[in-house]
Amino acid sequence: MEQALAKSDFLAKEERVAKPLVLWRPTAKTGLVSWLTTVDHKRIGFLYGGCALFFLVMGGIEALLIRIQLAVPNNTFLTSAQYNEMFTMHATTMIFLVVMPLGAAFFNFVMPLQIGARDVAFPRLNAFSFWVFLVGAIILNLGWFMKDGAPDAGWFGYAPLTTRQFSPTHAIDMWVMGLQLLGVASIAAALNFIVTIINLRAPGMTMMRLPVFTWMTLFTSFLIILSFPAITIALVEVMMDRLFGTNFFEVSNGGMPILWQHLFWIFGHPEVYILILPAMGVISEILPTFARKPLFGYPIVVFSGASIGFLGFGVWSHHMFATGMGTMATAAFAMMTMAIAVPTGVKMFNWIGTIWGGHLSMRVPMMFALGFLWMFMIGGLSGIMHAAAPADLQQHGSYFVVAHFHYVLIGGSLFALLAGLHYWFPLLFGRRVSEFWGKVAFWLIFIGFNVTFFPMHFLGLEGMPRRTFTYDGNMGWNLGNMVSTIGAMILAIGIGVDLVAMLYTYYKGERTHKDPWDARTLEWSLPNPPMEYNFQQIPHIHARDGWWYEKHHKEEIAKENAERAKAEHDDHGIHMPFQSIYPFLAGLGILIGGIGVSVIDPADPKIYTGFWGPKIAVTILGGLFMFVSVVLWSLEGCEGYHIHLNEDGSIKGEDPHAGYGAKH
Amino acid sequence: MSTAAAGTIDHHHDPTTSTGIPNKKLLMWAFLASDCMFFGCLISTHLIYRLHPPPGTPSAKSVFSIELTSFSTFILLMSSLMMALAVNAIQKGNLKSMRWSLLTTIFFGCIFLGCQVFEFNNFVNEKHLTITNSILGTTFFTLTGTHGLHVLIGVIWLSGMLIYSFTGRLTEKQAIDVESMGLYWHFVDIVWIVIFTAVYLLEYI
Repeated sequence: MEQALAKSDFLAKEERVAKPLVLWRPTAKTGLVSWLTTVDHKRIGFLYGGCALFFLVMGGIEALLIRIQLAVPNNTFLTSAQYNEMFTMHATTMIFLVVMPLGAAFFNFVMPLQIGARDVAFPRLNAFSFWVFLVGAIILNLGWFMKDGAPDAGWFGYAPLTTRQFSPTHAIDMWVMGLQLLGVASIAAALNFIVTIINLRAPGMTMMRLPVFTWMTLFTSFLIILSFPAITIALVEVMMDRLFGTNFFEVSNGGMPILWQHLFWIFGHPEVYILILPAMGVISEILPTFARKPLFGYPIVVFSGASIGFLGFGVWSHHMFATGMGTMATAAFAMMTMAIAVPTGVKMFNWIGTIWGGHLSMRVPMMFALGFLWMFMIGGLSGIMHAAAPADLQQHGSYFVVAHFHYVLIGGSLFALLAGLHYWFPLLFGRRVSEFWGKVAFWLIFIGFNVTFFPMHFLGLEGMPRRTFTYDGNMGWNLGNMVSTIGAMILAIGIGVDLVAMLYTYYKGERTHKDPWDARTLEWSLPNPPMEYNFQQIPHIHARDGWWYEKHHKEEIAKENAERAKAEHDDHGIHMPFQSIYPFLAGLGILIGGIGVSVIDPADPKIYTGFWGPKIAVTILGGLFMFVSVVLWSLEGCEGYHIHLNEDGSIKGEDPHAGYGAKH
Repeated sequence: MSTAAAGTIDHHHDPTTSTGIPNKKLLMWAFLASDCMFFGCLISTHLIYRLHPPPGTPSAKSVFSIELTSFSTFILLMSSLMMALAVNAIQKGNLKSMRWSLLTTIFFGCIFLGCQVFEFNNFVNEKHLTITNSILGTTFFTLTGTHGLHVLIGVIWLSGMLIYSFTGRLTEKQAIDVESMGLYWHFVDIVWIVIFTAVYLLEYI
């Protein structure tokens, strides 16, 4: 008795000591609060995906306005200033607010499921990444609603065009701030994915058993953490020039604009692999599934992904052949650039090897994947043409380049991401997009895309320059531009049909059973949509195509799972991280501070004397808000709670369908 | 529920992760890799602009006072030693020793920051080197200022941890929090060694 008392005393003391400082533990599973406080990687993936599709429409509208302006010579549909805003925001939106977050949506949703994890390593940091991303997107687009207008110096923001002398309004401040925050968000998310993939793999999931999509997530994350600092510094320098009058790009005081180009492209070239590697990962999942064969040459596909990542850091100057770097540098960068074609070509042959002799099942994801193979190859081939420096000097700044990078970014990245959307849609929502409408969308997109961008090769070789808002009727560019604009309309209709089909499917589409494609990787072992806790028991992996193995060794796996389920549930149940509001609040602080830095005018010396003024006040307020949020975040601790499951997998004492997909 | 006796936790192996490396440590290493690129770009900017000074740029040698900077460099290095002792102390569950080591680390960090404030003040007011009046001022103040900001963040983090240790919530089990903070602190010191070499010593060769 005495002993028991003493023990309980000790326990009480121990608990009192270890209790973290918690102001509020949100527990809502539905409604606005649940989304603001979520730390569930699947919900965060949703948020990323939703934003990306919204901005896909935005960026698409900008593209259409550009194409309408260029449809006929000497058009006055847009002014030159509006045209500048359109091409700047179209590129910035499509790269940073569409392709990257759509990739991040898949990283978030699919990658932890593929490695048999219950969440990412740092769930709150993951939420923070999303909120900072959203803040960056908001600040980037604020200009549309202001008299300063949207950013208009191109997505590459070449100094000194971005300095205060040539761009005096806040538009560029917002561009700089927005991009800076998007960088912070990407780096935070990438750090999280790296730790997750390296440290949270299920037992038996060795590195060489990782699904290729997970491998590509890892490479992309490394590219992000190593390349984004370069643009961070470049943006810091331009911001210092704009806010404090430093001389980084001030030519009269010794600044050198070419430094911007180097820093920007040290980031900018790895960035294109950040955009394409996730796409390659998606393709490497879809082709084996629909060809009914394992991926051909798995280790080679993985290592060629790694070599693309490495080489990607050594080729940035091929964007700058026209700056006159000297023969030696030009030759070296040209050779490195050609070298990158080798691992890319290796991947291409591996994919062809995968579908070779397979029983191809021509479903919508497979259509997009095959479209990717073909279109990305065309984009890759015109890319090699740029690698030859003398040829590049002819193509530089022309529509040939525009054609090239749209073939790799739409025909490559976007096709693969749409393939991924169709492929994982059943897992996300338990419903499948209709084959008919999916195929209609595919053919519209495929035809529209080629009609838009193929003529641009010829326009470019005939000398039509990029970033120019109109052209004369006697240049011989009329037909090509008209065709291209018609193609853009078809492409837009195709994307529209696809998005409407998905939206319809979300509400009313055909329900699917688990694992509708008879796929190979672990995420398909889950019911669709997956439960909040992902896996009832942490799976043990026996083979590279883990779920395929499970399907063909049912008895062995069932026996194992039963044993582990008992052990795990007798022990403590399933550990879940607590929800938290602080990532959102920290993001809110950053939004306030970002607006202070980039939107508010510097203090008018007639009204405010000395240091203080509204700009400083708002910036410091936002900074303090963020600081307090981060402190409370860290004091709250990374604890979680435990849940126990019923036989059918629902959580004891809880509405079984109150998860993110609560519309059953 | 049992608590491990002081000093019996294996701080080099975390059985809950695939590799045995604690998640927080791996996160910090990856972040530091990223920060390497961050400082790499800033230092490169300084080194490139150093080679192309426009006429009228003051010579760095006439501005720097190497004695003061050598002193503050030495102090910052010693703070790393104290940081290592703090990590060692908390891994053995010795809170008291950790607090003294942390306090010394903070103190040394503050001395470094004080030297930097003095140096900046001296350069601006006595040597007439400002962030706007020359390319040297621009790169020098941006680079060393960014590093100073890193030190300041480190000092705030260290102080927060020191205060936190008095709430009774910091035990040997949370040693990894101190250890990853230590990684950050050592990194900031190592970067300073590079900056000291590339920005200051280089001018005296």
